[in-house]
Amino acid sequence: MSLAEFMQHLVNGTSLGSLYALIAIGYTMVYGILRLINFAHGDIFMMGTYLAYYGILFTPIPWYLVFILAPLLTGLLGLVLEKLAYKPMRGSPRITILISAIGASFLLQNFGILVFGGRPKAFPIPGILDTTLTVSGVSVDLISIIIPIITIALLVILNFFIKKTKTGMAMRALAKDFETASLMGININGIISIVFFIGSFLAAVGGIMWGIKYPQLMPTMGVVPGLKCFIAAVIGGIGNITGAVLGGFILGLGEILLIAFLPNLTGYRDAFAFVLLIVILLVRPTGLLGEKTSEKV
Amino acid sequence: MLLVENLHVNYGGISALRGIDLTIKDNQIVTLIGANGAGKSSTLRAIMNLVKKAEGTVKYNDEDLTNLATMDIVKKGIALSPEGRKVFSNLSVEENLILGAYTVKDSQLVKEGIYKVYELFPRLKERSWQQAGTLSGGEQQMLAVGRALMISPKILMLDEPSLGLAPLLVNDIFDIITELHRQGNTILLVEQNAKKALEIADYGYVLETGTLVLEGGGKELLQDQRVQEAYLGEAAK
Repeated sequence: MSLAEFMQHLVNGTSLGSLYALIAIGYTMVYGILRLINFAHGDIFMMGTYLAYYGILFTPIPWYLVFILAPLLTGLLGLVLEKLAYKPMRGSPRITILISAIGASFLLQNFGILVFGGRPKAFPIPGILDTTLTVSGVSVDLISIIIPIITIALLVILNFFIKKTKTGMAMRALAKDFETASLMGININGIISIVFFIGSFLAAVGGIMWGIKYPQLMPTMGVVPGLKCFIAAVIGGIGNITGAVLGGFILGLGEILLIAFLPNLTGYRDAFAFVLLIVILLVRPTGLLGEKTSEKV
Repeated sequence: MLLVENLHVNYGGISALRGIDLTIKDNQIVTLIGANGAGKSSTLRAIMNLVKKAEGTVKYNDEDLTNLATMDIVKKGIALSPEGRKVFSNLSVEENLILGAYTVKDSQLVKEGIYKVYELFPRLKERSWQQAGTLSGGEQQMLAVGRALMISPKILMLDEPSLGLAPLLVNDIFDIITELHRQGNTILLVEQNAKKALEIADYGYVLETGTLVLEGGGKELLQDQRVQEAYLGEAAK
């Protein structure tokens, strides 16, 4: 393999990893606070992509505004989903809420089939983004370079939000102890809504960039990426945001480089994530950056 | 003045509190003593609506707090430092204090609050950037009390602040409670250390299996034979 080819794979892997990271954050933030695996998260990602699709094709709104509005709307959708499907069951056994999450996932997929139609649609890529760059023999899609840049920018903002703002502190407090957080006067439901909003917003941003990179939309398009991003979150240590990002990049880069170096294994591309998951869980059950639960009592 | 009337709490079918009446007058230390499982913590938790009241009312001056959400009770100026300290171990000392003032909108007031807490507990200032989970038990207790002070509470409720602390630290904690009282705070103190609690209290209540069995001035209760036998470990002469 030539260096140019390798660089191409590296760029592709990084951009796929960025997308995984963006989606994995939603899983890990929700898990960190509610101890819930939000199985509908992949379908939220799908909804975000379709919202952008319809926004571009059927409204006069310019595409760059659609790319901001669609994630905002998807954020609201995530927030409403929590209110309808999860909040009424808070305090129930975890398995009950998990089943509700699976139900919400099916509901969104079937809503998609019913309303958007089951046949694949082509994502309308804005002309300016549909270009390929060639730098000293390495040719890459413009979007593959934009994806990591936007991802990193969003991660920096998210990090600042969680580390430095009062709401971010409240999130971290909530992840530790609901009851004591309420004794601080923290509006628990409000913070949970914000978490769902952020997770769904990021998933939709990922979805739009996914649509530009892999421009085929289907109501079930969220299933496999959703599952892989869940794995990414577990690999990184679920509940840990940095871990989710790390897991996303490992998975994305690993997948692309695996195909690049061992083209015979292309058919096993999806299996890679699961094998990696099994190996990591065997070696480090808490995930790479999983929280140690030792503290002074 | 905080007024608790006819408070009942049930856990499943078991009644933990069966009609408690408390009056906490302004600028007083009122203590609630009793054995393990008597319902002391349940009383505080029910006032904060962390557990459901089966019956009864809670009023602060003329405001009815009975059915308010916990966060809204906090906004009325009632703070609880919970049993077992419950500091946010994954946050720094300073972040814990900032969260204590979550309902305080004025950032200047928050800064002053932190300053005051550091004045009261210089140890916390030294460790302001340390994760709260790495503090010693006594320091965590200081942080829990400091955190509750951040809203300049009208009523400060302390649940077992001396629990699990070394005797010297217990004295420190009681010194601080006395100092807070001297500064004009109103305090509802729940303690297993009945002797120390009654020594500093203006008024005390004795709780037994969910019912108040005795009440009176702190010094008065300290002299009471039943209290001495049951809680102060002094055999009847």
